[in-house]
Amino acid sequence: MSAPTVASPHTGDTVLRGRVLRDPDDRFSVRWHPRTLLVCGVLTGIVLVVAALSLSTGDYPVPLRRVVETLLGGGRTIDHFIVVTLRLPRLVAGLLIGAALGMSGAVFQSLSRNPLGSPDIVGFTSGAATGAVLEILVFHGGQFAIASAAILGGLATAMVVYLLSFTRGRVAGYRLILVGIGIGAMLDSVTAYLLTRATLYDAQNAQVWLIGSLNGVGWEVVVPLGLALVVLTPVTVLAGRTLGWLEMGDDVAKGLGIPVERTRLVLVVTATALAAAATAAAGPIAFVALAAPQLCKPLTRASGAQIVPAGIMGAALLTLSDYGAQRVIPSTQLPVGVMTGVVGGAYLCWLLAHEWKTGRA
Amino acid sequence: MSAGLDTAPATGGTTAPAARRGVTAARLLGLVVAGGLLLLVVLLSIAVGAKPIPLSGVIHALTHGEGSVDGVVILDLRLPRTVLGVAVGAALAVAGVLMQALTRNPLADPGILGVNAGAAVAVVFAIWIWRFSDLTDYVWFAFLGAGAASVLVYLLGSRGRSGATPVRLALAGTAVSAVLGAVISFITLLNPRVFDQFRFWGVGALSGVDADVIWQVLPFLVLGTVLALGMSGSLNALALGDETARALGSNVGLTRALGAVAVTLLCGAATAAVGPIGFVGLTVPHMARVVTGPDHRWLVPYSILLGPILLLGSDIVGRVIARPGEIQVGIITAFVGAPVFIALVRRRRIPEL
Repeated sequence: MSAPTVASPHTGDTVLRGRVLRDPDDRFSVRWHPRTLLVCGVLTGIVLVVAALSLSTGDYPVPLRRVVETLLGGGRTIDHFIVVTLRLPRLVAGLLIGAALGMSGAVFQSLSRNPLGSPDIVGFTSGAATGAVLEILVFHGGQFAIASAAILGGLATAMVVYLLSFTRGRVAGYRLILVGIGIGAMLDSVTAYLLTRATLYDAQNAQVWLIGSLNGVGWEVVVPLGLALVVLTPVTVLAGRTLGWLEMGDDVAKGLGIPVERTRLVLVVTATALAAAATAAAGPIAFVALAAPQLCKPLTRASGAQIVPAGIMGAALLTLSDYGAQRVIPSTQLPVGVMTGVVGGAYLCWLLAHEWKTGRA
Repeated sequence: MSAGLDTAPATGGTTAPAARRGVTAARLLGLVVAGGLLLLVVLLSIAVGAKPIPLSGVIHALTHGEGSVDGVVILDLRLPRTVLGVAVGAALAVAGVLMQALTRNPLADPGILGVNAGAAVAVVFAIWIWRFSDLTDYVWFAFLGAGAASVLVYLLGSRGRSGATPVRLALAGTAVSAVLGAVISFITLLNPRVFDQFRFWGVGALSGVDADVIWQVLPFLVLGTVLALGMSGSLNALALGDETARALGSNVGLTRALGAVAVTLLCGAATAAVGPIGFVGLTVPHMARVVTGPDHRWLVPYSILLGPILLLGSDIVGRVIARPGEIQVGIITAFVGAPVFIALVRRRRIPEL
């Protein structure tokens, strides 16, 4: 075992950390980082505890033993209805959406080399919202049409923002973010206009979608989302292994033999698709994509994009927020987006202040 | 922002007084032209709408009172709306000048820096908890919210060694707006009554405003504008940097404090009256600077005239393009202003951009 350390020419930080396992003939080797594994384990534990709590508590408490029994196929009919039909899809949707947002955020932040380079900030979310509200209020489409409209709107907006931030042959990080703010303001005013044109009932439905909610999510939402993640996660994780090198700059990465343009294209496509799938399933849930990777960094102290830890962190954040949102006000089920918006927004303020104080961003 | 070096009295300059008089005359002429344009827009704003009224009818109604149907439409609906548009347009534009000068930031705007969001969240609280529906009651909340949000954004943006750069202030404003937006959705979701009041107020519209509202907000708007006019010389000094301004004998702390008070009055009152309207404060000062250069003693008066032209012009466009309904003015100004913002971001060399 050895501990490789490679210093980045830009930041002086160590780019690769961890330990390497090799077989004696050096035909096969794996790099692993003990602290990251520990963090992932603890986060998974938190997710399991939250899962147990969400499945067993509520207006109709089901003891944990009966939950396990029901999940294993036994149990009473009423337990089966409460646990498998009502509570489980919501929990699984939360896990999947949180993981998708966390991974997407990790890739975007690493690619843009900026802690703010998340889908929330670069206008993707505003575009998705406008697309969906247009579908809900004007074309009165169903679940599938709304999801498609959101994805289309988000992708179109992300492309416009990217093209508009392109000056002198490159995209500067801060310009991307500011153009995103400008385009986002325009789209938000379109959304607000559409809301004033609708009846109060329609407008409230659209508003709930806009905030992002897991209320009433069933298996028909979870299954396509799960399929999307099964395809996208391995591609993202495999392509994302080289993000640590890409962070050192294109020239260095090219010199090290990494196909820079191809890797970046693959990652942009998969990360956008992850964010789009999550948005289509439950609306634009704020700040998870931004916060999850940022929270992982100080915990794991590892290098690279840390896609897997960010995904688990996202799942933990979202299920925890949803658990809180269901219970913070008795008799009302708040949309989870309100919770992540308030908590995540406050966290963003703190993050900005902290980064600026230490002079890193 | 390069400083206005003609801070010396216009007549007492040592270099080429004739040329300076020429510049002054040209700027005065420009001011007169802008005034004429404003008058035209005001008349158009009274004439155009769901029921078009010819200009002769407008003048007849204005001089003879409520004798006819046209007279009622004009005096009860269009005139209050127009007067409010003039007052709010001027207020937002002047607030934009002040914010851009105080933060030395070309991207400053009450919408982008979160001041409108602060006023909005305070108003929502007022509607929700104390069930206020009268503007006289909640205008004070709007002041409180606007003031608190601007201080918060400035403190957040100016942390660290490099201080409050344009990018940081814009980001801090966006972050604070996001939190406040989530709080607003939290309240409006729990409470359909508040949501119904808020969704119309929240776009920013001049329509459906009582004549009473004008009298309630006008004192604050006038006070804020007078403050801004009075401090325009000190703003010129501030543009040279804090140290130079101090060396020139300007009280920098006082200028900033008075400026913050004026911004709070202007944005708070304007937002309370018509809802959050973005991008007027961003766009107008940049348009005015094309004519006036960086001298705030000209910039403030020009903005007072150009702000209403932009706001009323947008309002008229909103009335015309969606007949027989109308599009709220806040939406039109976003579509006019956001491209200006993006053009600035693309072209200007802003620190850290």
